[in-house]
Amino acid sequence: MNNSALFVSLGGVLASAAPVLFAVIGETISERAGVLNLSMNGMILLSAMGSFAVALSTGSVVLGFLAGALIGALVSLVVVFASLTLLQSQVAVGFVLALLCRDLSYFLGSPIMGQVGPRISQLPIPGLEQIPVLGTILFRQDMMTYLSFILVILAWFFIFKTRPGLTLRGIGERPAAAFVRGANVNRLRYLYAVLGGAIAGLAGPIYSLSVKAGWKGTISGLDGIGWIVLSITIFGGWKPFRAAFGAYLFAFLQWLGLVLQPSLPSVPSQVLQVAPFPLMILTLLFVNIGNAEWVERSLARLPENVRRDIAKVLRAMNATPPAALGVPFEKE
Amino acid sequence: MHIELRGITKCFGALRANDNISFAVPPSSIHGILGENGAGKSTLMKILSGFYSPDSGDILLDGKKVRIASPADAIRHGIGMLHQDPLDFPPLKVIDDFILGSKGNLIPNHKSATREFRELAARFGFSIDPESYVDTLTVGERQQLEILRLLWLGARALILDEPTTGISLPQKEKLFATLKKLASEGMTILFVSHKLEDVEALCNKVSVLRQGKLVGSVDPPFATGALVEMMFGKEIALEPKAQLRFGSNVLHIKHVDLEGIRIQIKGLDLQVRAGEVIGLAGMEGSGQTLFLGACAGLAQPVGGSFCLDEDEKDMTGRTYHEFRKHGVAYLPAARLEQALVPGLTLTEHFILSEGMKGLFIDRKKAEALAKSRIQVFNIKGRPDSTVESLSGGNQQRALLALMRDPLKLILVEHPTRGLDIESTIYIWNKLKERCARGTSIIFISADLDEILKYSDRVLVFFAGRVSPPLEASTLSVERLGRLIGGKDWETLETEAAHA
Repeated sequence: MNNSALFVSLGGVLASAAPVLFAVIGETISERAGVLNLSMNGMILLSAMGSFAVALSTGSVVLGFLAGALIGALVSLVVVFASLTLLQSQVAVGFVLALLCRDLSYFLGSPIMGQVGPRISQLPIPGLEQIPVLGTILFRQDMMTYLSFILVILAWFFIFKTRPGLTLRGIGERPAAAFVRGANVNRLRYLYAVLGGAIAGLAGPIYSLSVKAGWKGTISGLDGIGWIVLSITIFGGWKPFRAAFGAYLFAFLQWLGLVLQPSLPSVPSQVLQVAPFPLMILTLLFVNIGNAEWVERSLARLPENVRRDIAKVLRAMNATPPAALGVPFEKE
Repeated sequence: MHIELRGITKCFGALRANDNISFAVPPSSIHGILGENGAGKSTLMKILSGFYSPDSGDILLDGKKVRIASPADAIRHGIGMLHQDPLDFPPLKVIDDFILGSKGNLIPNHKSATREFRELAARFGFSIDPESYVDTLTVGERQQLEILRLLWLGARALILDEPTTGISLPQKEKLFATLKKLASEGMTILFVSHKLEDVEALCNKVSVLRQGKLVGSVDPPFATGALVEMMFGKEIALEPKAQLRFGSNVLHIKHVDLEGIRIQIKGLDLQVRAGEVIGLAGMEGSGQTLFLGACAGLAQPVGGSFCLDEDEKDMTGRTYHEFRKHGVAYLPAARLEQALVPGLTLTEHFILSEGMKGLFIDRKKAEALAKSRIQVFNIKGRPDSTVESLSGGNQQRALLALMRDPLKLILVEHPTRGLDIESTIYIWNKLKERCARGTSIIFISADLDEILKYSDRVLVFFAGRVSPPLEASTLSVERLGRLIGGKDWETLETEAAHA
C-alpha cells in the first residue's frame, strides 16, 4: 500500500469511529448523571433504521438526523421513566429495550431494506485539506465526523470546566450531597439521560446516512456496536478524551482486520472480523487489572522499585465509575 | 442568628420521633443537643435543616416564622448543616467540592474561589490543599472543608451532627477552637452529640432529648451524673477493669513489612497473649487499618511473618478463610457494607454464620437459635427483622452474636463508633467476657478514652510508624494525643532503649 492510500484509509478510520464516538459521549453523559442506559445496542439499530426511513421518505438528511436523535431520546426516556419514576431496575429495563429495539428495527425496516437513499457528502475544508498528511486524514471528512471532533472537546469542557458540569458529576457520585447543595437530582437525571440518549441516537443516522449508508436489516453489520459502546464508556473511564481514544482504537482494530485479511489468506475472514471484540475485552481487562487481588499478590513479590513503577501505572489506568451509577435517588 | 423552635412534632407511622419540642438558641452561643441513639436528635436537626417538614410546630429565625422547604432552602436562610458523614464528593478535587452548589457564572472562577478558600482556611488555621482530592483527606479535614464551604455560602447558624465521631484528638481540639471562635463572632451553633465529655467541654447550654421528648435544658456547670440520668432515665455504671492473667502466645508477628496505598509499615514485631486486649491508636489512615487487615489475612505482608498459636503455625500469605478456620474473627467498621447482608433477616444471618449442614434450611431450629441469641445479646429486633432496620448499636450486638465460640483472636475496627453509652458498655462487657475465656482482642478506635479504658497495651500509629507496645496503665489521654499527632516520638525511642 502506498502512503497516500494509507492516509486516506486512516481518514476512513476517523470517519468510521464517528458514530461510536457520538454513542460513547452520549452514554458517558448519561452515566455521569448516574443513569445506566443499557439499551444502546438496540437503540442504535432502531435510530439507524428510523432515520434512514425518514430521510428516504422526505429526501432530507437533516430530518433523518433529527429523527435519529429523537429516537435516542425517546428510548432513554423509557429507561429513566422506568428507573427514576417507577423505581425499576435500570439493568433489566435496559436489557429488554436492547432486544426489543433491535427486533423492532428489523421488523419495521423490512419494507425499506436495500433501498438506495440520500446520504451526506464529503465536505473537504478548503485550505486545510491541502496540508500534507494531516489534510488527507483530518480535513476531507463529512460534517458529522468534524462534529464528532468538536463533540469530544465540548463534552470534556462541559463536564470538567462548567458549573452545571460539576453538578452533573455530583449527582452521579453522591446524589444526596448534590441534593443538599440545591440540585434537583431526578430532574437533572432525566435531562442528562435524555440529552445523552439524543446524542447517542445520532450514531444511527451516521451509519445509515453515511458510514454504512442504507438499511440492510440483519446484515447491516451494526448489531453488537452498542455493546462495544458500553464497554468503551467504561474503558474511557467516563472521560471524553479517553473514551475517544477507545473509540479510535476500536475503529483502528476493525480497519486492521480488513487490511490484514488479504495478506493472511489462511486465517478465516470471520476471525479477523471478530478479532476487535475480544481485543477490546482484553484491553478492558488490562486497564482495570490493578483492581484484582491476585495482581496485588503477585506484585508484592517483585523488587521494590519495579513494583512501585508498575503500581503507579496501574493506578493511573484504573478508572472508577460514578459511585451512584444505576442507583435511584430518594431523599429520605 | 436567633433560632427558636415552638412545639415541633414529627411522627413516622406510630413512632413520635419529636414530640412537642420547644427551645430557643440565641446568637453567639453553642447549644448542645444530647440524647442516646434514637432519642430524636437527628430528626429534630433534619427538620431545622430542611430535610423533613414538621407535622406541627413553628421555626422562628430572628423572630420571623419561616418554612424551610429543602436543605438548599435552609442554607438560603443561613442555616448550614454538617452531617456526621460529611456530605461531600470523595472523587472530586477539594476546590471543585467547595464550588459545587454555589451560584454564579456558567464557568466558575477557580482562581477567585481558590483565593477565597485559602483566606477562609487561613482564618481558622486549616491547612487543606485546594488541589488535592477529597478522598485523600481525613474525616476531620473533610469536616473542616464543609465548615469553610458553609461559611462561604453565608451560613449564620451551624448544625453539627456527631462531629467528633471518627476524628483524632488534635482535630477535635481544632474543631472545638474553631467553633468557639465562630460563636464569639456571632454564629449560632447547635452541637448534636451523645458524648457527654464533648458537650461538657464546649456548650453554653445543653438540651437533653429522650424518646422524642425534651427532658430539659441545663446551664453549665454540668453534672455528668445528672445528664446521664436525663438521657437514660437511670444511672449506668461501668464495670471496673478486671485484672486478668494472660496466657500463652496467640499471635506472634515477626518483623512484618506492610504496604498500603499511601502508607508503609516496616519491621513490626508484636506478641499477643491469650486474653489480652491491644488497642491501636492513630489518626485515620496512619496504618492501623492496614495492620489489622493483615492480622486477618486480608492484606498481604511484603516481608516478615504471622504465626498463630503456641505451636507458631506460620500463616503468612494465607487467605482470610484460613485465618478464620484457625479461630480469627474480623469485625469491620462498615457494619452494613462489609459485615452484614442488608435485606437478610437476623435468622438468616445466624443460618449463614453457623454453617448448618444439609440442603434445606431447618427453619424451626434456626428461628429458635435466633430467638435465644437475640435474648442473650439483648438485641432490639425480631428474628425476622432485616439487619438494616436495626439501629447501629443493635447491628453491632448482632455482629457479636454472630461470632463463633470459641475464638482465639478477635479483630475489631471501631467497636463502638456511633453507639450510645449503654450500647458501648454492653459491647465491651461482651468482649471482655470473651477475654476472660482466653480470647485476645486487637481493636482500632479513634476514641482515646476507649483505647485507654479497655486496652492492656497500646500501639500508636503515625504515618506508618508504629510505637513499641505501651502499657495502657502508664498512658494518659494527653500523651496519647501527642503521640498520635506525631509528637514525643524521640522520647519513646529513648524509653524503649532503656527498657
